[in-house]
Amino acid sequence: MAGKTLFDKIWDTHLVREEPDGTTLLYIDRQLVHEVTSPQAFEGLKLAGRRPRRPAATLAVPDHNVPTTDRRLGIADAISAKQIQTLEDNCRDFSITLFGMNDIRQGVVHVIGPEQGFTLPGTTIVCGDSHTSTHGAFGALAFGIGTSEVEHVLATQCLVQKRPKTMEIRVDGVLSDRCSAKDIILAIIGKIGTAGGTGYVIEYTGSAIRALSMEGRMTLCNMSIEGGARAGMVAPDEKTVAYIKGRPLAPKDALFEQAVRAWKQLKTDSDAKYDATLVMRAEDIAPQVSWGTSPGMVLGVDQRVPDPATMTDDNTRKATERALEYMGLAANMPIADIRIDTVFIGSCTNSRIEDLRLAASLAKGKHVAKTVHAMVVPGSGLVKQQAEQEGLDKIFREAGFEWREAGCSMCLAMNADVLKPGERCASTSNRNFEGRQGAGGRTHLVSPAMAVAAAVEGHFIDIRHWS
Amino acid sequence: MQAFTTLTGLVAPLDRVNVDTDQIIPKQYLKTIKRTGLREGLFFDWKKQKDGSPDPQFFLNQARYQGATILLTRDNFGCGSSREHAPWALLDQGFRCVVAPSFADIFYNNCFQNGILPVVLTADEVLAMMHEVLATPGYQLTVDLGKQTVTTPSGKICTFTLDPFRKDCLYRGLDSIGLTLQHESAISAYEQKRQAEAPWLFTDIPS
Ligand code: SF4
Repeated sequence: MAGKTLFDKIWDTHLVREEPDGTTLLYIDRQLVHEVTSPQAFEGLKLAGRRPRRPAATLAVPDHNVPTTDRRLGIADAISAKQIQTLEDNCRDFSITLFGMNDIRQGVVHVIGPEQGFTLPGTTIVCGDSHTSTHGAFGALAFGIGTSEVEHVLATQCLVQKRPKTMEIRVDGVLSDRCSAKDIILAIIGKIGTAGGTGYVIEYTGSAIRALSMEGRMTLCNMSIEGGARAGMVAPDEKTVAYIKGRPLAPKDALFEQAVRAWKQLKTDSDAKYDATLVMRAEDIAPQVSWGTSPGMVLGVDQRVPDPATMTDDNTRKATERALEYMGLAANMPIADIRIDTVFIGSCTNSRIEDLRLAASLAKGKHVAKTVHAMVVPGSGLVKQQAEQEGLDKIFREAGFEWREAGCSMCLAMNADVLKPGERCASTSNRNFEGRQGAGGRTHLVSPAMAVAAAVEGHFIDIRHWS
Repeated sequence: MQAFTTLTGLVAPLDRVNVDTDQIIPKQYLKTIKRTGLREGLFFDWKKQKDGSPDPQFFLNQARYQGATILLTRDNFGCGSSREHAPWALLDQGFRCVVAPSFADIFYNNCFQNGILPVVLTADEVLAMMHEVLATPGYQLTVDLGKQTVTTPSGKICTFTLDPFRKDCLYRGLDSIGLTLQHESAISAYEQKRQAEAPWLFTDIPS
């Protein structure tokens, strides 16, 4: 019998039933819920007179709409406030655990799952949010779903699925100085395109991936969806076990030991086959900067903005022309010459403690350029607390960065943190779609290190050679 | 959910690749707690000019496409955010079918949950239809889910494939949660077996 991939092992242990045509009823171990994509799901349950099957398998948190300024003032926007209130009401009515807006454990849904030990290897995890792929960093099968499916999981703890294909993306070698997981994933998306992973679950392998910390792996898996894949995963190892141990919702004592023994089996067998494989060298990856309006429009900071005139494919040329017009960039200009107005360090891609430590270490003793407005938004209340205990907030403030409360913030600008039309932002988030950070706003996706350097210099700079 | 069997309807063209769900319905419309009334937000930033007035170039603002029920577009439609508000907004505008060479996964799933049929045709078939729509006012297509065909005004028939289970649910307008609940005993049996193997997954979250 041929060996199994990591994905196969998780899938096979979650089959409730399988039809001859491959339609599968897949058991879902855990669900995360936030305020934006859940109200209609709870409403559906109510209308049908249904109850959640396992309320204790679900964890809820408001994150998208919450203000990142002083929370004691409440939420100025009445519609946002109503959506958050609706989540609170639903969680109370259906006995679902909620970390409310003023709970220190509140934060971006994909930050708090791992932080609390809710995210575990070998599990199936869903959320009405495409960046659920983040949790694959633990060797879980984690993917985003729509609101109807949120309702489906609440009611049945199952989803109807077809087995996806598997893709191995192997990155060997050693990253250049100051390059990070963010640069790896942006380079991958630049290579496969925003639809390259459609229909696949990606497993990231290779020495450069193994060398990443758990938080780096979360950054990597987070953006799998930007390459079209619903899920990305990394096999668990000692780092995974060490990260989980002692977290509030993680198994304890004998149960933990039993779980660890099971997690050791979670790796792709040497004779297993993937449906597709891509191999890259870490040494070839420069610090990445997106220049367009789709995450696949990305290049090394040492490159120039593409020239549509040289493009033969009609669709690509038109899309490039549109993107350059929207972004206000000229063909062939060096990426390092792009001047920025705003810097956003945050989002479920890059707002964990290691991101903030790295950013602070580079910001220390420097100052944000006069023309730049820069802000740091921690991923959770606990990340914020930890950073403050380490004095990172002081470093950021002294360097001219604003220091905020936890939430999604300017990643999608559903709260008050919004770019003005034409404003240009170096952002550590994951999407540079038109208007994502505010109507007419221009987003360049970068790593935290690149964001700090851009804040200080007022334009992009190659951090490999930045002093 | 409304069943989908056959549909003959006016076609609206959106000649762009990689249309993401942030464009289909931007964030300010995600604050609703309802599924309806999202028409106003559909392609919100694209249907206006810089001064806020309607962009006469955008298809939704053109008289000839009013009442369209079929959207014809390009590769990777619906990429990005998982927001089901995207199909809700399309439905609210009157679209029951989207035809494209490829779709992003989550959007594709979300369509079936809402009685919208996403049809995958080849890039060449879509390109030819795109030319015809632009050149022919009143251009209609007939989509037959049972036969899995799309027929053009000139009688050309294109076939498409889709998952039989999804097809059946959409064709009959079935409640998918109700279907899953019919397997209650299988779910319970699975939980019992799994709890014995992996008891750490069955401890409750303390609030
Ligand atoms: S931080 Fe951004 S990408 Fe992540 S969950 Fe929030 S809005 Fe979505």
